[in-house]
Amino acid sequence: MNCTDIQVAIHGYMDGELDPLRNLEIEQHLQHCAVCSQSYKADQALQTAVKTGAQYFPAPADLRKRIQSSVRQVGKSQRTLPVMPWRWLAVAASVVFVVILAWALIPRGLDAEQLVAQEVVSSHVRSLMVAHLADVMSSDQHTVKPWFTGKLDFSPPVKDLSKEGFPLVGGRLDYLENRPVAALVYKRRNHVINLIIWPSSHDTHVKTKALARQGYHLVHWSQAGMMYWAISDLNDTELQEFVRLVQASS
Amino acid sequence: MWKERNVPEQTVARFEQVVLPHMDAAYNLARWLTRNDHDAEDLVQESYLRAFKFFGSFQGANARGWLLTIVRNTCYTWFRENRPQELTTSFDENIHSTEADPFDPEKLLLQSESGQLIKQAMEELPLEFREVLTLRELEGLSYKEIAVIAGIPPGTVMSRLARARSRLKQCLTKLVNKE
Repeated sequence: MNCTDIQVAIHGYMDGELDPLRNLEIEQHLQHCAVCSQSYKADQALQTAVKTGAQYFPAPADLRKRIQSSVRQVGKSQRTLPVMPWRWLAVAASVVFVVILAWALIPRGLDAEQLVAQEVVSSHVRSLMVAHLADVMSSDQHTVKPWFTGKLDFSPPVKDLSKEGFPLVGGRLDYLENRPVAALVYKRRNHVINLIIWPSSHDTHVKTKALARQGYHLVHWSQAGMMYWAISDLNDTELQEFVRLVQASS
Repeated sequence: MWKERNVPEQTVARFEQVVLPHMDAAYNLARWLTRNDHDAEDLVQESYLRAFKFFGSFQGANARGWLLTIVRNTCYTWFRENRPQELTTSFDENIHSTEADPFDPEKLLLQSESGQLIKQAMEELPLEFREVLTLRELEGLSYKEIAVIAGIPPGTVMSRLARARSRLKQCLTKLVNKE
């Protein structure tokens, strides 16, 4: 080892980062070279001066507090984030909205049919509003129908009408007329059709009847002990066609 | 659901236990790199939030090294955006330029304000020299740890320290002789 070799390695030696063999080589060189030995002493003195003389900046107390509280805040927001409060707020807000809407729009003393129609409209609007169109998404009637088992005290007739141009999209539970009901979702192009079904409370046969509410077309009838309400923003003619297909298949 | 809610609380508690105690090291590094309190505080706070975000990927071996790597990278990003000239500073690499005027440690230590002189000399050094000197002399880290934090091979740590100390000697000699 000569003086040039040692210039960098001497720092590793001083920091105790070299292997024993190289340590030995450097020690031997230092014993014989006064220049390097002198330079090494200066390096050591410099290191001591820096270690003891250079200021160590500890974190200010208020920074410590600030960081601690911001970490806790982030931790807190992470805690509530997966629960997605905004989503629940959206649901709550739309429910409130629909309730207010219903309250404002229903004049007192409406007959039973009008009230049900209003509930059907609300159910339809709600299904589109909070992206809760279907609880079970399937175009397969053999998937949708069994899904309702155990959720309802009746078995709604489910029929896919894809071939006829009204594909089944899925099914959903809803609550109408103070009871849980089945809502089947069909589509016609981009229009959503909700077909709401529940057992009719009385034997009286209700003939097919069309209504219009808030820009929606509604058709309702009773058949084989079930009440049916179909609602969509689809035009009246096509909705009537849909109703005929449902009636023929049930 | 309640069980899930407790997980972030435990994470915060573990983070406070494992990473918060190294705040002095984080601040000291940021302070020597930026050379001012205000930027150092901002960068340490930013580093801590980043560390918390990536705490899940921390393997648990060396919290100080892990945090200092984040602080170092956060500072370098800040330099790139705010002081790009500091990253490209070139200087004369002449180890023997002070041979005519050798460093005299006795003379330095006789100065009543030697600490102030060392601080001033270190602050004149280029960023990458301040970095290795802070990590080695003030934090007492091994070459291996410094290599990980600075993102360089351990051999480079030694040569960079050699250059940094030589440069520091020059600056100190200049300052001492001026006094």
